[in-house]
Amino acid sequence: MRQTLAQKILQRHTDETVSQDGQIVRCRVSLVLANDITAPLAIKSFNKMGATEVFDKDKIALVCDHFTPNKDIDSAEQVKVVREFAMAKGITHYYEGGDCGVEHALLPELGLVGPGDVVIGADSHTCTYGGLGAFATGMGSTDIAAAMVMGETWFKVPPTIRVVLEGTLPKWIGGKDIILELIGMIGVSGALYKALEFAGPVVEQLSIEQRMTMSNMAIEAGGKVGLFPVDAKTLAYAKAAGRTGDTELYADEGAHYEREVVIDCSKLTPRVACPHLPDNVKPVDECVGIRIDQSIIGSCTNGRIEDMREAAAVLKGRKVAKHVRCIVLPATPAIWKQSLKEGLLEIFMDSGCVVGPPTCGPCLGGHMGILAAGERSIATTNRNFKGRMGSLQSEVYLSGPAVAAASAIAGEIVHPEKI
Amino acid sequence: MYKGRAHKVGAHIDTDAIIPARFLVTTDTEELGRNCMEGLQAGWVKRVKKGDIMVAGENFGCGSSREHAPLAIIGAGIPVVIAHSFARIFYRNGFNMGLILLEVGDAVKKIEDGDDLIIDPVNGTIKNETSGDVIKTSPVPPFMQQILDKGGLVNYVKDRKAAQA
Ligand code: SF4
Repeated sequence: MRQTLAQKILQRHTDETVSQDGQIVRCRVSLVLANDITAPLAIKSFNKMGATEVFDKDKIALVCDHFTPNKDIDSAEQVKVVREFAMAKGITHYYEGGDCGVEHALLPELGLVGPGDVVIGADSHTCTYGGLGAFATGMGSTDIAAAMVMGETWFKVPPTIRVVLEGTLPKWIGGKDIILELIGMIGVSGALYKALEFAGPVVEQLSIEQRMTMSNMAIEAGGKVGLFPVDAKTLAYAKAAGRTGDTELYADEGAHYEREVVIDCSKLTPRVACPHLPDNVKPVDECVGIRIDQSIIGSCTNGRIEDMREAAAVLKGRKVAKHVRCIVLPATPAIWKQSLKEGLLEIFMDSGCVVGPPTCGPCLGGHMGILAAGERSIATTNRNFKGRMGSLQSEVYLSGPAVAAASAIAGEIVHPEKI
Repeated sequence: MYKGRAHKVGAHIDTDAIIPARFLVTTDTEELGRNCMEGLQAGWVKRVKKGDIMVAGENFGCGSSREHAPLAIIGAGIPVVIAHSFARIFYRNGFNMGLILLEVGDAVKKIEDGDDLIIDPVNGTIKNETSGDVIKTSPVPPFMQQILDKGGLVNYVKDRKAAQA
């Protein structure tokens, strides 16, 4: 059978023959992930299963990134549960302190996830690793517990929507704009249960960081995974992260797709997702003049080094508007250090930004940038649900780093070219 | 084989309709069952007799990943849900908690509220005794059947661990 990327990767991890969409297959997992919110529940199920040991100490990652450094007593208690479990079971990849970053930025950087892997995580944005050609998806806590014990899980082979990216990338347009455009086109349940597979000439032009930004938001269209082929760029990234033995991976010519969606990237202008759903997408020009109180630059969507560079290029030599809090959170310690080396942090601070530690923080309304009633934030994050960043009466607009930085300077949403 | 009366619900029934957040203070199956579908209609569960079948439209179980939702249905005495389609995380959670889920697409229209159904999940047939219709669906795969036989994923893993020891 001619296989899609999703079918190919699953086939590598199962002894059964992947022959059709909708088929249920049991697969070995390459890595199992949980965070400070979801790991405590998974640990509970783990204990109920009567398990004493995990299947492989090196193939479980516990990343305490949501409320860390612990913001209050409750979060400290949660992290304590995770830490004690990690220590007792000898989990190699436990992160909480100065080596901790936002999970979906951290694990690719450490080479713990990569091409052809099957990764499951108790976090819906586990799909980020599709940018590296990994079949990666979020699940409930009992599923995660079972995989921590058995090292395997079951999947229903998803039908695939092929997303063809035509044209060339214009100035100011990045992965975030393309994925927002797609979500706007197909809607928040447009890819429900399905795999998205990205193809077309623009794929080559996209950096691995941008691909991860796009795969990250597959779930915002309801998708199970958002997959990129594994090409020379992916292999270079994986090698730099210390991985060995990865090979190129493409879908078979003539594989069956449920549907094809074409985006002409040449025509794109920066996109903004307006409250309160990620599919409420508009060109930035239709949002101009909307006054903001906060701008967040960070998260597992856009907290990587390229995003820092993009924001710094806009902020350099300019000042954040007096009524705006612009908070920059490089997503991992390595990104933080690189930003320091390149002088980006100085640019941020000179322009009046707050530079914080790697954490999810405000992305989920956790801490370090919460909104009051009536406040409005632009953010490079991935969800703008009602109340996501604080008060139920607050609003979140989603954009790429250049628009978020430019808007911080203008004090209102603006095209980066106009400042 | 399962035999029971059909209770029809609509499309896009979310996990808040199945079990509202205010009832999430317990993980006890029977207690959750007493409030099954309370977010859809107060007192809904009173119509259910043990062994009855739920029949739903598209995207059943959308919303949160709470495992309490399939537990509430099981707790209400409903062993099988037939739907046009299921939301992804609910589908996983359902089997993991020991609830049988059968996806039948448009054929779901062949079942009316109150019809008597005989279900054979192993062979994938649903016989509507009231209308005489027989609906074919993909059989529950053997591996999933094993999870169901054990009463869910926790016990399944427990037993497999014990067998290895
Ligand atoms: S940065 Fe936001 S979306 Fe990403 S893992 Fe953290 S809370 Fe979730």
